[in-house]
Amino acid sequence: MSYAVKNLAQGSRELIAFRIGDQEFCVNIMSVREIRGWTKATALPHSPSYVMGVINLRGAVLPIIDLSARLGMRKAEPTQRHVFIVAQVKNRVVGLLVEAVSDILTVTDENIQPVPEVSSELEKQYARGILAIDKRMICLIELDALFPETESEVA
Amino acid sequence: MDMNEIKEIFFQECEEQLAELESGLLKLNDGDRDPETVNAVFRAVHSIKGGAGAFGLDDLVSFAHVFETTLDCVRSNKLEPNQDVLKVMLKSADVLADLVTASRDGGGVDEGRSRGLVKELEALARGEMPSGGASAEPAKPAAPKPAAAKAAPAPAAAPTDDSGFQPIPFTFDGFGGEEETLMEPTTFEVQFKPRRELYAKGNEAALLLRDLSRVGEMSINCDVSTLPAFDKLDPEEAYFSWTISVKTDKNEQDVRSVFEFAEWDCDLDVKVAQVATEELPMVPVPFDLSALDDDAGDDDQDNADDHAAADAVHAAETASNVTKLAAAAARVEKKESQSAAAAAAAANAANAANSAGQTIRVDLDRVDRLINLVGELVINQAMLSQSVIENDTTGTSAINMGLEELQQLTREIQDSVMAIRAQPVKPVFQRMSRIVREVADMVGKSIRLVTEGENTEVDKTVIDKLAEPLTHMIRNAVDHGIESPEKREASGKNPEGTVKLTAKHRSGRIVIELADDGAGINRERVRQKAIDNDLIAADSNLTDEEIDNLIFMPGFSTADKISDISGRGVGMDVVKRSIQALGGRISISSRPGHGSTFTMSLPLTLAVLDGMVVTVAGQTLVVPLTAIVETLQPEAAAIHSFGANQRLISIRNSFCPLVDVGRILNFRGTQANPVEGVALLVESEGGGQRALMVDAIQGQRQVVIKSLEANYTHVPGIAAATILGDGRVALILDVDAVVAASRGQSLRQDSGMKSDMSLAATG
Repeated sequence: MSYAVKNLAQGSRELIAFRIGDQEFCVNIMSVREIRGWTKATALPHSPSYVMGVINLRGAVLPIIDLSARLGMRKAEPTQRHVFIVAQVKNRVVGLLVEAVSDILTVTDENIQPVPEVSSELEKQYARGILAIDKRMICLIELDALFPETESEVA
Repeated sequence: MDMNEIKEIFFQECEEQLAELESGLLKLNDGDRDPETVNAVFRAVHSIKGGAGAFGLDDLVSFAHVFETTLDCVRSNKLEPNQDVLKVMLKSADVLADLVTASRDGGGVDEGRSRGLVKELEALARGEMPSGGASAEPAKPAAPKPAAAKAAPAPAAAPTDDSGFQPIPFTFDGFGGEEETLMEPTTFEVQFKPRRELYAKGNEAALLLRDLSRVGEMSINCDVSTLPAFDKLDPEEAYFSWTISVKTDKNEQDVRSVFEFAEWDCDLDVKVAQVATEELPMVPVPFDLSALDDDAGDDDQDNADDHAAADAVHAAETASNVTKLAAAAARVEKKESQSAAAAAAAANAANAANSAGQTIRVDLDRVDRLINLVGELVINQAMLSQSVIENDTTGTSAINMGLEELQQLTREIQDSVMAIRAQPVKPVFQRMSRIVREVADMVGKSIRLVTEGENTEVDKTVIDKLAEPLTHMIRNAVDHGIESPEKREASGKNPEGTVKLTAKHRSGRIVIELADDGAGINRERVRQKAIDNDLIAADSNLTDEEIDNLIFMPGFSTADKISDISGRGVGMDVVKRSIQALGGRISISSRPGHGSTFTMSLPLTLAVLDGMVVTVAGQTLVVPLTAIVETLQPEAAAIHSFGANQRLISIRNSFCPLVDVGRILNFRGTQANPVEGVALLVESEGGGQRALMVDAIQGQRQVVIKSLEANYTHVPGIAAATILGDGRVALILDVDAVVAASRGQSLRQDSGMKSDMSLAATG
């Protein structure tokens, strides 16, 4: 805790980086609750294509989002090696299916480059910056922006 | 425990007292003249006043005080609690509730209203009958400060004992100001005899006397005549009484207020010793000590040995200054009260065991935590059973028996835990009576709310969430449902409308009915409105029931003009949605000229459900057992094609549509072969049977309901989720939605279609 506080005081933050296909993404570590191994999800009828279903997380029903499909890439073909990132998005908890968690990064705001202007609306909506680390490109995504509908739909 | 916690407890108690108050008043309104009812009402107001005084909530105290004064007139049979009086009292109860809320949450109350009621209450206390009618609160010009209201009640509270005082009418306006500036010192004779309860409650006579000494110059006589010999002394009994003469420029009320929190537990008599000056509200009554002595004798008959006591009585009568004796007496009292305090705890425990209906106050979070844990326990137990059965083919009887007992135990624990949360619907119903009163007042109608089955118990969450939709519907019923008195009279009805609210248990659900005897739904207008709003096509052919159900469409309001009460554009669709969110259904039936009835059917608990576990297209689903009428294995000969893609199954010579659950939930693209599956005959809320086709039945079990909405959104056709013995999530089928979907409405997520779906779900 004190470590995180110190970092925050210095204007830096921690991000958790993960892989989907051949791309790397990262999200703020503060929104990540835990990381779990893959289990088969129960399919939900009439759900968007990126909702894989629901799993049992210690008694709570947790929806699983295929992040690859959500980001507009092809649908994931989950294997035993896939993992769920259990993340807090607004007041809900969702599981994000990713291929693997690759890194925990401590970055300051200077490390984060702005998103280049691209035509794709989707990228503009969720991408909050780009990090260049060890010649890798890691895209910082904003989870709240990915699931804006979760709130409005029920409200 | 800090002050805020204590305050929180006070407010919790206030709520109970307010409920008590309202139910008592309503009983009186129905003609109950039981003195105990009046006392209960009086006590409720008094307790609120007492607590509020301790926290310095002056507005609350002053209003409660006036209210109490008037109630006291009722209690002492000086005021007949007729309808008009009770109307004022019920309104006062509402204002009192508002004041409590305002004190807790901040914010203000309608000052004009409370002041108007204060005036009315005072008028009642003076014996004037209310002018009748609803003109109670023609918002009086906002007076400068609440202090005016505060000052007013002080002199009014004369008859708090049975000493035969008559309240004398006088004007408060003239009096309030002078209260503090009465120059003429008056001497009051105070007779103060504590009972043992006073000490048991932790009050202390010495402190009260000390407080009294601050009011003015004081001389005390202690009457020790009833003090028994030491060996006969009961350490918890109160033996002393005091005669105090206080010379003060304050009025009697100030003297009395010293004893405010003890007055229930002592015999108190405050009299003016000299001939009173003109301003005093009291008629001087000759001081009669003998009456008091008689009382004292009654109280402690068995220890009536009076040696040396005669001297003390004599001393008391002369009312001379014997402060020394008083001081000594106070010391004795102190010792006595210490031992009394110790004994009081034991006595309280004994009392607790004796009195029925003891309750404890538990934080809801703790109960919820327990319920969640028990839910987990049930799941775990099921998982354990399952793995034992899977791994143990020999069926070792000891383990199986143990498991069976465990299962029974968990089930019992679960039932008991659920029972903790079960509460009668009474509080919600009581709140509704206030709404009926207020709205009826606002729209100038006279409406009676009849409630039935208020002791029907249902889970706390259901109760909490019921209040809002019910409020909305009650408002609708009063505002739109019931006609104006003139119209009612014209059509030969009782000018007073009736709204009836009923709760009952029916097949594992609670059914709440709201019926009004108003005009019923104007189908032509509803239809026209729906066409105008593009909700239905102009040439659509709808049954009466379908038209009635149009009012549940979003944005539908038939009120000609938008009123303050209802018809703000959000309407029955909101009600419907909140009922559905509870896993309930709502339907309406209406007879033109005779009124409409809304029927809501809600689950008793939102936590568990008995379900049939079935397989559909490789998925495990749970079908609520309450919906299933019977299950059957269809034979090829019983299946009949009907039209392009409908199929009917004949069951005992009647035909019932077959619904392929897998198809409707989009789990498979083609119709399943009915002969290979199992048909569940279900009955939906709207009536009518359907045969749901599933692939296989796995078994029957109680499942713990898990919300899908907590982390996801509502899924059409799915009521909730649960976790099965293998730890996997299974979905609970929303039978009514599926049945509705089979009537042709799509179950798609598409928000545009949502309204269609919800509309159909009622039909």
